[in-house]
Amino acid sequence: MSEPSKGSGPDRRRFLKGAAVAGAAPVLAASVPSQAQVAAPRHTPSALPPSIRTIAAETGDVHMPDNRIGGKPGSDFMVDVIKTLDIRYTPSNCASSFRALHESLINYGENKAPEFLSCMHEESGVGMAHGYFKITGKPLMTMVHGTVGLQHATMGIYNAFCDRVPVIIIGGNDMDAASRPPGVPTFHAAQDINAIVRDYTKWDDTPTSLQAFAQSMVRGYKIAMTPPYGPVAISLDAGLQQEPIGGHGSGLYIPKFNMPSAPSGEMGAVKEAARLLVNAENPVIVADRSARTAEGVGLLVQLAELLQASVIDQGNRMNFPNTHYLSRPAGAVASADVILGLELSDFWGTVNAYTDNGEHGIGVNSAKIKPTTKLISISAVELITKSNYQDFQRFQTVDVSMPADAQATLPALIEAVKSAMTSERRAQNDQRAEKAKKAFGDIRGREAAAAAVAWDASPISTARLCMELYGQIKNEDWSLVASEGNVSNWPNRLWKMEKHHHWLGRSGGYGVGYGAPASVGAALANRDLGRFSVSIQSDGDLMFAPGVLWTAAKHKIPLLAVMHNNRAWHQETMHVQRMASFRNRDSNYGTDAGPVGTMIQNPDIEYHKLAESMGWWAKGPIKDPALLGPAIKEAMAVVKSGQPALLNVWTQPR
Amino acid sequence: MKKITSIAASVAFLLLGASAASAGDAQKGSQTFREKGCWQCHGFEGQGGSAGPRLANTQLPEDGLIAFVHGTNGPMPPFSEKLVSDAQLSDIYAYLQSRPKPADAKTIPLLQP
Repeated sequence: MSEPSKGSGPDRRRFLKGAAVAGAAPVLAASVPSQAQVAAPRHTPSALPPSIRTIAAETGDVHMPDNRIGGKPGSDFMVDVIKTLDIRYTPSNCASSFRALHESLINYGENKAPEFLSCMHEESGVGMAHGYFKITGKPLMTMVHGTVGLQHATMGIYNAFCDRVPVIIIGGNDMDAASRPPGVPTFHAAQDINAIVRDYTKWDDTPTSLQAFAQSMVRGYKIAMTPPYGPVAISLDAGLQQEPIGGHGSGLYIPKFNMPSAPSGEMGAVKEAARLLVNAENPVIVADRSARTAEGVGLLVQLAELLQASVIDQGNRMNFPNTHYLSRPAGAVASADVILGLELSDFWGTVNAYTDNGEHGIGVNSAKIKPTTKLISISAVELITKSNYQDFQRFQTVDVSMPADAQATLPALIEAVKSAMTSERRAQNDQRAEKAKKAFGDIRGREAAAAAVAWDASPISTARLCMELYGQIKNEDWSLVASEGNVSNWPNRLWKMEKHHHWLGRSGGYGVGYGAPASVGAALANRDLGRFSVSIQSDGDLMFAPGVLWTAAKHKIPLLAVMHNNRAWHQETMHVQRMASFRNRDSNYGTDAGPVGTMIQNPDIEYHKLAESMGWWAKGPIKDPALLGPAIKEAMAVVKSGQPALLNVWTQPR
Repeated sequence: MKKITSIAASVAFLLLGASAASAGDAQKGSQTFREKGCWQCHGFEGQGGSAGPRLANTQLPEDGLIAFVHGTNGPMPPFSEKLVSDAQLSDIYAYLQSRPKPADAKTIPLLQP
């Protein structure tokens, strides 16, 4: 797809065509064959076509190119472009469709910024980039191979899209059907390769020249990094990577990247929201992906204290400290007269309930709030709503709607609230604070009492698992990089979540298999920042692409993975049981402990041995709760020495 | 309507703070609790979790539990008498009442703020 080279060296396309002809008829020099030549009688070649060096020697051309292709390759220029964006790593699985860029990155680019991290699966590469961003706020680039590599990557890309996380996906694709190698590379090529991810990327492109690549790469980075963040995909033609810059030459330039600002709310809407909040008797703030940075947490604390409003953190980011007396569980919406929703992924589900127990197998809807409750929404996701995939959830009518970034809007909203505050309203704050502090203390006590039930049980209760872990890490600068599989939300209920990196949220699209790679990616980022990374790793999640364990060991990424091994895809265990109950029949367990097809047992997977085989320190299975604390302590020492460690812990279902 | 009345009566019974000793067999109940899938939402010990409330040492009376299991239209799917009989539910009730009482959270160091 690139322009024909105007340089002195042989063009790849011409060379490949020449080589093809050589297989049909002996020629003395590579040249563009005519149709008649291709159809010429078959002869066995008596000699290989002459090399560039032979041609040069025979024609007397003493100006030998310093490499076989006769000039700087296009992929070197691509590396020049990529390096301007300060991308630290490229977690990728190697592949022929981007072999030229791969070679340029590790040799011309000296394997620095980005450094190539070897991955076993494209989904792992995307997942690592996903987790890395949540710590650093900076995207990574991951390379994927043609049709099949991009297909492997898709679920990870969908998770990133739903979680509003930028990932730069660079795909290889050999587009010229007339000159690309036949067979496998042609199976791996496509006419519109990014079509498969277009519904869940913010933007994609297929640049057809090096200059277009430079613009595309910088544009893609900018789009990905403009809230709402999201993945972008750029497909690179193999020829464009491999051919010399040649005629593209001296005029090439690299556009400068400047960080875009986030879209903030319109001032009229901001003032109306402030008026409603200040006049409310019981304002409630619900935050989901509100805090993009640590600064965002501080802004939300400021707004909540100004209003003495309860805050429900839905947990797709760490938005609000759970130790703050205004922190409340989800049920607090019931008594609200005004609700401010900040970057909610599901506003309908926030204020309504769906009970999966209807008469005819269809769930029942009911309101969780009073009919008079006023609703305010600030969400940038409204700016990128697409049609096909249903991540936009059910439609919820709100009274004030701001399609804008919540964190960017909060400073203006805080000022508007201050302006709208009357002295009478301000005077009520002390009384409201006193009441809120007492209620908060009661909630904490109830959570601890619930955690004490089945404290000594075997398999180990999820509360015990989480609190044994917290007991060991709480004095570190810790980061819970993922908690996949359901542990009844104990970390958010009982750990002190006060810093933005204490909790990174969930996968976004709930595509299982996010936890393991995202943990490794986030741990990589934390390694560079000197933080201690821990993950609660479920069994089902790990087995989708366990090869990422090897990546962590190979690249010396310290991570403590404590398994929530309930030996099932437990959510599905309950779903099948539910269906059987509705249909008034016993569920068939076969030889397992739960419905056929939902259990991971007979045989049990020895995750500790799996991890050991890939270079991890590991121990298990741990079934006795009394042995858990000492094992965590032992594993922590390993992690502190710079290695990953895994504990295979047998747990209760949730 | 009969089931709703029964549940309402059970709730009233609960609110009065009364509970009855079970005639069920706790050992059989342990087995049935596993075979019928109760553990999936409530945990092997009936400790509860994000999918289902605590049942261990429940204050709910036995007939209230039986009526609820057969007739619920809340988040839990109903289990008819064909799937789990009253006698089996009595055994399950006995099992749940036999679970060790949890220690006071204030005495567990790991649960201190």
